[in-house]
Parts: sequence; C-alpha cells; structure tokens
Amino acid sequence: MNAEWRYHLSEHKGAYAAAAMFVLVFALYIGKHQTGWTVPVLTTAANKGVLLAIVAMAQTLPVLTAGIDLSVGMVFVLANCLASHLVVGSALQAGFGVVVVLAVGALCGLINGLIIVVGRLQPIITTLATGTVYFGLALGLRPVPGGDVHAGLADALTGALPGVGIPAMLIVLLAVVVVVWLPYRRSALGRAALAIGSSEPAAYMSGVAIGKTKIVTYTLAGLLAAIGGVLLTFVTYSGEASSAIGGVYTLNSIAAVVIGGTSLAGGAGSAIGSVFGAMLLRTIGDLLFVFDMEPLWQPLFQGVILLTAVSLGALQLLKVSNRLDLFR
Amino acid sequence: MQPILELIDVSKRYGGVRALERARFACAPGRIHALLGENGAGKSTLIKMMAGVVQPDEGRIVLEGRERRFVHPQEAVGAGIACIFQELSLMPDLSVADNICITNPPRRFGLVDRAAQRRIAEAALKRAGAEDIHPLAPVGSLSLSRRQMVEIAKALAREPKILILDEATSALTAADVQRVFTLLKRLRDEGLAIVYISHRMNEIAELADDCSVFRNGRHVATFAAGTHSDAQTVEMMIGRDIEHAFPPKPAAQEASAAAAPALDVRGLSWNGRLHDIDLDVRPGEIVGLGGLDGQGQREFFLALFGVLRGVQGEVRLDGKPVQVRSPRAAKRREIGIALVPEDRKTDGLMLPMSVRDNLGFAALERMSRAGVIDGDAEAKAVDAMIAKLSIKAPDPADAVGTLSGGNQQKVVIAKWLMNAPRVILLSDPTRGIDVGTKQEIYVLLRKLADDGAAVLLYSTDYAELIGCCDRVAVFFDGRIVRWLAGDALTEHALVSSALNLGNGEARAA
Repeated sequence: MNAEWRYHLSEHKGAYAAAAMFVLVFALYIGKHQTGWTVPVLTTAANKGVLLAIVAMAQTLPVLTAGIDLSVGMVFVLANCLASHLVVGSALQAGFGVVVVLAVGALCGLINGLIIVVGRLQPIITTLATGTVYFGLALGLRPVPGGDVHAGLADALTGALPGVGIPAMLIVLLAVVVVVWLPYRRSALGRAALAIGSSEPAAYMSGVAIGKTKIVTYTLAGLLAAIGGVLLTFVTYSGEASSAIGGVYTLNSIAAVVIGGTSLAGGAGSAIGSVFGAMLLRTIGDLLFVFDMEPLWQPLFQGVILLTAVSLGALQLLKVSNRLDLFR
Repeated sequence: MQPILELIDVSKRYGGVRALERARFACAPGRIHALLGENGAGKSTLIKMMAGVVQPDEGRIVLEGRERRFVHPQEAVGAGIACIFQELSLMPDLSVADNICITNPPRRFGLVDRAAQRRIAEAALKRAGAEDIHPLAPVGSLSLSRRQMVEIAKALAREPKILILDEATSALTAADVQRVFTLLKRLRDEGLAIVYISHRMNEIAELADDCSVFRNGRHVATFAAGTHSDAQTVEMMIGRDIEHAFPPKPAAQEASAAAAPALDVRGLSWNGRLHDIDLDVRPGEIVGLGGLDGQGQREFFLALFGVLRGVQGEVRLDGKPVQVRSPRAAKRREIGIALVPEDRKTDGLMLPMSVRDNLGFAALERMSRAGVIDGDAEAKAVDAMIAKLSIKAPDPADAVGTLSGGNQQKVVIAKWLMNAPRVILLSDPTRGIDVGTKQEIYVLLRKLADDGAAVLLYSTDYAELIGCCDRVAVFFDGRIVRWLAGDALTEHALVSSALNLGNGEARAA
C-alpha cells in the first residue's frame, strides 16, 4: 500500500503542489479581503478562475503529446462571439446555440489536428496560423463588441447554487473534468497521448495509433476552449473579438499548464494540475489588489511565480552526468 | 524439426552499402537459435526484417508455411513475433504496467481497466522473473537492467510464438542475466522459438541449441551448438573478402616510442561505466580502440572531450595536467583536442547549413576580429581545407546535407583540422562510407600523425584497426582488457580479446 501511494504521489506531485499553493494563496486572499469568505466574493473569484481553468485544460491535452496549441485563446474568443449571436431566444434555442458553438470549437480543433497530422506541420506554427484565422472569423462575427446572451442561463451559471451557496461555475468545471478529462485520461486514447509525448519513436514501435490520437487530442482541445468561450459570454453578457483577450488567455493557459506540473516536453502531467495552476495564477493577480498594491506589479509577480515553478522542474538536470543528454 | 519461421535468400541494401546478401535463416519451435557475427555482419538487419521494421529488397519470409510480408512492426507482433531490441522501446514517463499493455490495453466500458492491466503486468513480470518491479513505478525511475527486464515482460505479455532478443543481456546485471537464462530455457521448453544475439560466447555456449554465423551480410554456416570450438566459430566470423589498401606504417617506431606522450591518461573512471583506464598516445602515433560495440569506447572519448560530468582520474597533455570541462574548453589552443563524433548527422554537422559554415564552426574565434567574422579569412581557410581533403562539393555555399556520406565525413574531420588540434579522437569515422573515401581517410590519418598529431581511432572494423593503428587497446565492459601491437595485432587476437575469452590468442590459435 505504501509503494502505491508513493507512485501516486510522484506521478501527481505537480498537481498536488499547485493545489497546495493555490489553497495557501487563496487563504491569504480571503483572510485579507474586507468581506472575506462570503458567497459574492467566492462567486466572483470562481467566475474568473474557471474561465482560465478550462482554457488551461484545453492547452494541457496537446502539451501532453509534446505539442502545443496557440489557437486556444482565439477559439475561446471565436466561441464567445458566436455565442453572443446564437445563445439567445427561448431556452431550447439557446441550448441548441450552445451545441452549435461547441461543435464549431471542436471543428477548429479538428482542423488543427488534421493539418498537424496529415500535413506534418509543427503544432506551434500550425496553431499560430489557424489561431489568426479563427480570430479573423470572430472579428467578422463581432466587428464591435455587443450582442446578447440568454439571461436566465447566464444568471444560473454565474451565480451561486441556491441554498448551499456554492458557485455554479465550480459545478460546471467539475462537470467538464468528469465528462471530458477523466474519460480521456482513462481511455486507451489518453494513454496513447502520454506515450507519444513520452517517446514518439517508442510509441510507434509499440504500435500506438499516433495520427488518430493526435487528431482527437486537438479536437478535444478545441471543444474545451469553446466551452470556455461560452462561459465567458455568460459572464460578460456579450461578445467581443479582442485579440488581447485571445492572446492573454493563450499565454496564461501555457503558464497554468506549467505551474500545474505538466512538462512542456510532454508525457507527464494532468489537466487537474492545470486547473489549479490557472486558479493560482488568477488569485495571485487578485492578491495584489487586496494588498493595495499597484496593479502594475501584477505581471512582474506572475512572471516570478512562473519562473520559480519552472525552475523547480529543472532541478533534476543537475544530476545529469552526460552533458549530451541535456540536448536529447 | 519443421521450422516455424524461414527467411529465404533475403537481401537488403542501404544506399550503396549492402547489409544482407541472399541470406538464409530458419528457426524452429522449442529451440534457442544463436546468431553470430562481427559488428556489421547483418544480424541486426536480419532480425529487423523478422520484426517488420525493415522490408527485404528481395527474398521471402515464410511463417508457419505461409509467405508473409510485414510492412509495419505491428503486423509482425500480430503474427506472434516479439522482438526485444537493443534500443529500448519503452516510454520513460509511463508506468511499468502502462508500458507493458501499451499496444492493446484491457478495456471496460471503453476505458482502460487498470485493475486488469495491473494483473496482466504482474503476471508478465512474474513470468519474466522480475516480480520485484512494482507495476506502478515509472519506467524512467528504473535502472537500465530493470528496464530491460520490463522490456522482456512487455514482449511476453503479447504471448509470442517467436521471441527475438538482440543483445538483450548486454545491459543486465549478473543476477538478471541468470534470471533471463532460466526464463529463456523455460520458454524453450514451453515450445517457443527463440532467436538470440549475443557477443558473449559463454552465454551462447550455455543457451544455444543451434548457431548461425553471418559475415559481411552473408550466411556462412548453421550448426548444432557444441559441434564447433570457440576458435573455429571465431574463424568463421572473420575471414574477409575485401582487402583495404592501407598506407604503410612508419618503420621507425622506436624513435617515436622515445617521445613524451602527447596525451597521457591515468586511472580514468566515470559513473560505473568506465573503469580505471590508463592510456597514452605519443605525437605521430595512431592508437586504436578495439572491442565490441558499446564497451565504453564512446564514453571514453566523451570523457576526454569534456562532455561527461564527474569524470575521475588524471589527463595530461604534453606532460601538463589539464581539466577539460566542456568541448569549448577542449578546442582551446592550449588544450587542442578534437572529436569526430560517431553520428555525423546529429552530432557532427548542421545538415541544412552550408559546407562553408560547417567548416568554420570550430575555428570561428580564430577567424574573427573583435567578435566579427572575417569573411575573407574564412573563405580562404575553407577553400584551402576543401582542396586539402579534396571534398567534393559543387559550391561551398551548398547545404552540407546534399553531399555524399563520405564527403560529409570529410567535412566533419576538416572542421576540426581548421583548429590544428594536437590530439584527434575519431569515433568510427568510416562507418557507412564508400571504399574510396575510406582509403583517403586512412591516408589522411597517417599524414596527420606524421605531422605530429596524436590520433586515437575507435573503429568497429577490425581490418581498419590492424591496417591503420600502431597499437590497439581492446575495451571490454568499460575497461582496457588487452593491448595489442606489432605482430600481435591480428584479427584472431582482436576478436578473441574483444569477446574476452581469457588469454585470447592462445585459445584462438
């Protein structure tokens, strides 16, 4: 039993470390906050955190295969603009609109995957290019910010559960983890994704379906980013084609993935770690606010945190005795 | 006995190099069949054909009486052929159980059934005699020996009919070797056909039922184990059909013997892989490193070149103790060591860059003023070097990747000559090169030595060691087990001391 726990811990130490850090920083935040542990404070924090958490989950999937998806932020923005057109009207129409938006997100991911696998292009440049295309589409849909969203749905998802006071967004996040991440992680496909990230030649020699796995992985990343975009619409009640939002979410999603213990070299890590990484990143921003520090310090602080997290992961390189291994 | 797998007249060429020429091989269930041959005899190509990694250019593969063609490793696995390669096929970040079941994990409701997977992994590990390995341990955390055991368990989990082991014991500790032997004998009794490659004659004597000897891509003989002595087997493995022309060695060896060594290594050890190596090279001398592939020769070069961390022992250059901490330090004027690496495509060249750029890299400091490269000086030096080594490049601005293998290798060597090094280390510089360029390289090495450089040559080709080197140090398991020079430098002595057959010459003769 002992060994069991040890292996479990070492496999998930990145996620546990991010979770612990988050709890610590969030406790500090609540303790310092004027109103403290109240439903509105928690709900606001959850609404902000969950958006990045879901985009970070989207980013985790390609990163685990030793790839990257620079288009997640743009798919997120595209879904937001599309939802501000489609998720309106009656509850049924709005529900149908959500399905269409998610399908478009998955399609964006599928296109990424096909180009990477069939066209044999590198993920970084492929998704940089497609991301720009997706942003162009978003701009076409919403040249100026505006639009609307189904108010009942928005209020229900961005508020707190009546009675218990748990932010509804957290339930949504939990549902996404349970419906998307856990089955993926436990499926032969998710296993194959980790195998590819760990060593693509060895995966090939072991008969892993490399192309199929990558295509599904990027498709799921697009789907998750679109879920985030729909939720953004519920938070802002509108759509906005902002390249700044897309860019910030893309870069922060990568930061969250790394803080959450997933290696950019692929093969090891989890989306749960990324969720906590995203929450942590968000809370650090708010921390400065409650400490009455200039918001100007926020990027500097986030940068230091990120550097620290990455450095911890690099400590093992000190043990390498053949320097050529550093490059392989 | 009826063979289960037969390869009939199979041939394979890589570029202009023939790896296999109308070779035959057959193995039968319930037998352990050893494949013997020197480095490059074609054994690896043969088993890669069986495993579906390479396809024969001509010839047939017959499995259980039916002709088959494997275009993908997966098809060979599906047909019941499991192969354990020298290069591991494990994913380091995944757990042992994940690795064992990666090809076809047990599923329940579409998801991987971890409990079932764990049972399969435990059963496979137990069958491999490695039940002490925890199925949840990440493979990357295991030692090389234990990883090899996982590799064997992974092969067994596929329930193969034919099991191929390519040097599977070379990374194993003695305890694991014994376990693998017990296992292989049990599997043989269960009716598996086992193909076994090893360079260790004692292992073959203990395990094999049949032996097949290969030489230069051809099948030489197949015989029942125990019908030929070690000496006779070695005889079959050598005996070559191409004689290379080597430049004459200087007769006046006594004169150079008096000179002080340019490179003097005492008690060099590293990380449990190199043990207490003593070696010296005088200016004007070519010293060979012999032995089987992977006995520490490469690591020895990397240690001298400052690539390895934690190297113990003393290195003296022209009598002065030096510490080489990086390749950058090694090329400094006061040290002057050059390494022509084993794999020119990854470690030796920047393939997409031009011949001129590649030639200039090692000597950029010499050709620049205040950090700015002097283009004229570079062009002059590069042109001189291209002429000196007669590198056949249409234009120095062409990408080095467009040259032939032989000319690429010349570029790697020339790159270091731009620095005028005192000690030149060459790791198998003629591998995969045509005969003509080989001879040019031999002449060049002798000329460099005559001009006062100390040359260390590691080669997997015994004829090359005999033809080029004044003395040869034979490596085995990270140690120098034997020095050969003058008349004692024969193919017999090289092969038998490489196999570490005790007092090699006496037994081989």
